[in-house]
Amino acid sequence: MFGKLSLSAIPYESPITMGAVGGAMLLGVLILALITYFRKWPYLWKEWLTSLDPKRIGIMYIILALVMLLRGFSDAILMRSQQVLAVGASQGFLPPDHFNQIFGAHGSIMIVFMAMPFLAGLMNIVIPQQIGSRDVAFPFLNAVSLWLTVAGAILVMVSLGVGEFSKAGWSGYAPLTERQYSPGTGVDYWIWSFQIAGAASLMSGINFLVTILKMRAPGMKLMRMPMFVWTTLVTNVLMIFAFPVLTVALFLLTLDRYLGMHFFTNELGGNMMMYTNLFWIWGHPEVYIVILPAFGIFSEVVATFSGKRLFGYTSLVYATVAIMVLSFCVWLHHFFTMGASPNVNIVFGISTMMIAVPTGVKIFNWLFTMYRGRIRFTTPMYWTLAFISTFAIGGMTGVLLSVPPADYVLHNSLFLIAHFHNMLIPGTLFGFFAGYAYWFPKAIGFPLNEKWGKRAFWCWLIGFYLAFIPLYVLGFMGMPRRMQHFENPAWHPYLIIAAVGSAVIALGILFQMIQLLVSIRERHANRDLTGDPWDGRTLEWSTASPPAVYNFAEIPVVHDIDAFWDRKEKGVAYKQPERYHDIQMPMNTSKGLLIGVFTFLFGFAMVWSIWWLAILGALGMIFMVIARACDDDTEYVISTAEVAKIENERYRQLRT
Amino acid sequence: MTTDASTIDSIDPGQPEHSDTVAIQAFGFWIYLMTDLVLFAAIFATYAVLGQNYAGGPTGKDLFDLPYAFVETMFLLFSSATCGLVMLAMYKGRKGWVLTGLAVTFLLGLGFIAMEINEFYHMILDGNGPERSAFLSAFFTLVGTHGAHVIFGLIWMAVMMGQVAVKGFTTPVQSRLMRLSMFWHFLDIVWIGLFTFVYLMGVM
Repeated sequence: MFGKLSLSAIPYESPITMGAVGGAMLLGVLILALITYFRKWPYLWKEWLTSLDPKRIGIMYIILALVMLLRGFSDAILMRSQQVLAVGASQGFLPPDHFNQIFGAHGSIMIVFMAMPFLAGLMNIVIPQQIGSRDVAFPFLNAVSLWLTVAGAILVMVSLGVGEFSKAGWSGYAPLTERQYSPGTGVDYWIWSFQIAGAASLMSGINFLVTILKMRAPGMKLMRMPMFVWTTLVTNVLMIFAFPVLTVALFLLTLDRYLGMHFFTNELGGNMMMYTNLFWIWGHPEVYIVILPAFGIFSEVVATFSGKRLFGYTSLVYATVAIMVLSFCVWLHHFFTMGASPNVNIVFGISTMMIAVPTGVKIFNWLFTMYRGRIRFTTPMYWTLAFISTFAIGGMTGVLLSVPPADYVLHNSLFLIAHFHNMLIPGTLFGFFAGYAYWFPKAIGFPLNEKWGKRAFWCWLIGFYLAFIPLYVLGFMGMPRRMQHFENPAWHPYLIIAAVGSAVIALGILFQMIQLLVSIRERHANRDLTGDPWDGRTLEWSTASPPAVYNFAEIPVVHDIDAFWDRKEKGVAYKQPERYHDIQMPMNTSKGLLIGVFTFLFGFAMVWSIWWLAILGALGMIFMVIARACDDDTEYVISTAEVAKIENERYRQLRT
Repeated sequence: MTTDASTIDSIDPGQPEHSDTVAIQAFGFWIYLMTDLVLFAAIFATYAVLGQNYAGGPTGKDLFDLPYAFVETMFLLFSSATCGLVMLAMYKGRKGWVLTGLAVTFLLGLGFIAMEINEFYHMILDGNGPERSAFLSAFFTLVGTHGAHVIFGLIWMAVMMGQVAVKGFTTPVQSRLMRLSMFWHFLDIVWIGLFTFVYLMGVM
C-alpha cells in the first residue's frame, strides 16, 4: 500500500533534524493559522494562488527563493560549525551520514531552489514591463512553471522529515548514486526534485524567449532592448539547450536505479563518465544561466545610479552572446582529472580562459559607465560595487584553475569551493539582492529601508571575505572538500575564521529580515506614488508602483535604448492619453496549482515506490493538461471605463 | 512589429491585443521541438558511446529484424503522409475528411506502437531485456523514448478528434491541429535518424 514508506522513515534518532522539522512545521502551522484567523484564504486564492499575472507569480517565486535561502544557509552554518568542532579526537556534532546529506542539500537548494526561483521571479516581474508588454507569451505555462518549482522545493523539504536526502553531493556522480551504493531514498528525492524543477525551468526558458522575441513594444529593435532583457534572452537560450540534457542525465540514472539498466554502473558495459559529461553539459551553462541575468541587473543599476547611459551597450551585448557560445565549450574543465588526453584538456583549458575576455569587457563597461557620472550610493549600487571588485578576484582564481596541471593539484580541494562561491555569491546573489532592492518599490509599491539594507550589505560583504578567503588558503594547504572530520591541526585556525565569516553573514540575513519588517511598518510614509523612485531609464519605471494588472493602458512606442529616459527628455513621459480601450487579459485558473499538487504526489510516490499513487499523480497531471487544452474561454475584458478609472487615479497621484 | 515610429509616441491598441496568438503559439512550439531535439540528441550520444558495450551479450546483428523494422517505419511514414492530408483538408474546411484522416493517422500510429511493443516483448522474453548490457539499456531507452512520444501524440490526437467533432474549426482548434501535425512530423524525422543509426548501422 505505501511502498517502502513506513514510520521508521522519520529520523527520530537525530535531534538536530527533528528540531528543524519541528521548527518548520510549527512555523507552517502558525502561518496557516494566521491566514485562517484573518480570513485571508479567499484573498490568497483569488489574488495569488490562481493568478496568471506575471508580477504576482514573480513575487511568489521570490518568496520561495528567500525561504529556500534560509534553508540552504542553515546547511552552510551546520557545515562550518561541524568543521570547527570535528578536529582530532572530537567528532563534532554531525555524524558522517548526516553531514553528507547536508552538503548535498546545500548545493542542490542554493542552485536549483534559491538561484533559479529568484531569477524566474525577477524575470516575471521585470521583463514584460521592460519590453512594454502586458503579459508573457504563455501565461498558463508560466503558472505551471511556478507550481512545479514549488512542488520540487517541497519534495526537498519533505526529505528532511521523511527519509533522507542524497549523500552523493549536489552533482550526484555515478556510480555512487547507483542503487548498489546508495540503496536509500535520498538519491531518489534528489533525482525527482531536480527533474521536476528542471522541467519548470525549461518551460520558463521557452516562455520568456518567445515573450522577448515576439512581444516587444513597437520600435524596440533588438539593439534597443534594455540590458537585463538581453541577458535574460541569452539565459533563455542557454536554458533551452542545457536543461534537456539534465533531464536525460537524471532520466538515465533513474532507469539504472529503478529498472536495473546499465548506463552508469561498473558492470555490463556501463560508463560512469557518461553521466559526468552529461551532467556538466547542463551544469556549466547553468552557472551562466544564473549569472548572466545578474550581469543585466548590474548594468541597469549602474546606468540608473550614475545618471548616464550604459557605456558600450553594443560591446556588452556582444560580450554576453560570446559568453553564451563559450559556455557550451568548457564543460570538461569540471573533470580534467577524468584522464582525457592532454590535447583534450588543453582545448577545454583554453576555451575556459577565453571566457575571461568577454567578462573583462563587461567589467570595463560598468567602470566606464560610472566614470564622470553623478553616482548615487544606494543599496543596489553598493551590491554592484562590491560585485565588481570581488568578482574580479573569483575570475582570476578561475583562470588559474583552467590550467589543467594546476587543476590536477587543486581539484576537489577547498580552493575550488572558494573559487565557485567567489563567482556565485558576488555574481549571482549580490546581483539578485541588487535587483531585489532596485525593483522592490516597483513590485510592491514602497521602497526597502536603505539604512538596514546597507547594514545587511556590509555584513554580507565582510562575512563573505572572512568565510571564503581562508578556504583558498586551505585549498593550497591540501584540505579536500566535503570533510566531516580532519586530523591536521594546521587547518583549524582558518576553519575558525571561516565559521566567524558565516556568522557575520547570518547577521546580514537577520538585518535583511529586519529591513523587510521596518520597510513594511513604514510603508505609508514611503509609498512610491510616481512609479519612478530612482529616476529610472527603462520602461518599467513608466508604470505605476505596483503596476495595474495590464501594465500599460496604452502600449508605448520606443525610440531609444533608454526608452523612458527618452520620453522624459522629450517631456511626454507623463502625458495622459485622451482615450482608452478595452484590454483583454487571461483569467485566473486553479489548474496550474493543481498540476503542481499532482506532480508533487507523483514525485513523492516515485521516491517511495508507491505505484498506485504515482499512476494517480501522472493521470491527474495529464487530465489537467487536457482539461486546460479543451478550455477556450480563458480571457476576460477590462472595459474602457474601468481602465480610465484606474488611470485617472494614477495621474491624480502623479499630480500630488 | 517594427513599424517606423518616429512621429508617434504610443500606438492605438484598438483591436484586442492577442490577434497574433496563433503565430506566437506556433513559434513557441518550434522552440519546444528544438528542446525535444536536444533531448533526443543527448540520448543518441549516449547510444553512440554505449552502443558497442555488449558485455558478452547479443549484438544488434543478432537481435534486429530489418524487414520488421522496415514495416514499422512504413507505418510511421504513411501516418505522416495522412497527417499532411489532414492539414490540407482542414484548410479547405472539410470536417469529415479531417476526422477520417485523423482516425487513419491514429490507427497507423497505433500499429507502429503495437509493433514496437511486440518487438520489446519478445526481446525481454528471450532474456535480452534492458538490464542485459549497456548496449541494450541504450537501445531500449532510445527507441522507448521515441515510442513514449508517439503515445503522447496519440493521446493528443484523440483529444483533437473530440475537439474537431464538438467545436469544429475554431481558431484555437486549428492552431492546435497545426501544432499536432508539427509534432507528428517531428517524431517521423527522429525515427528516420533512429532507423538509420540504430537498425541499419546495427546490422551492418
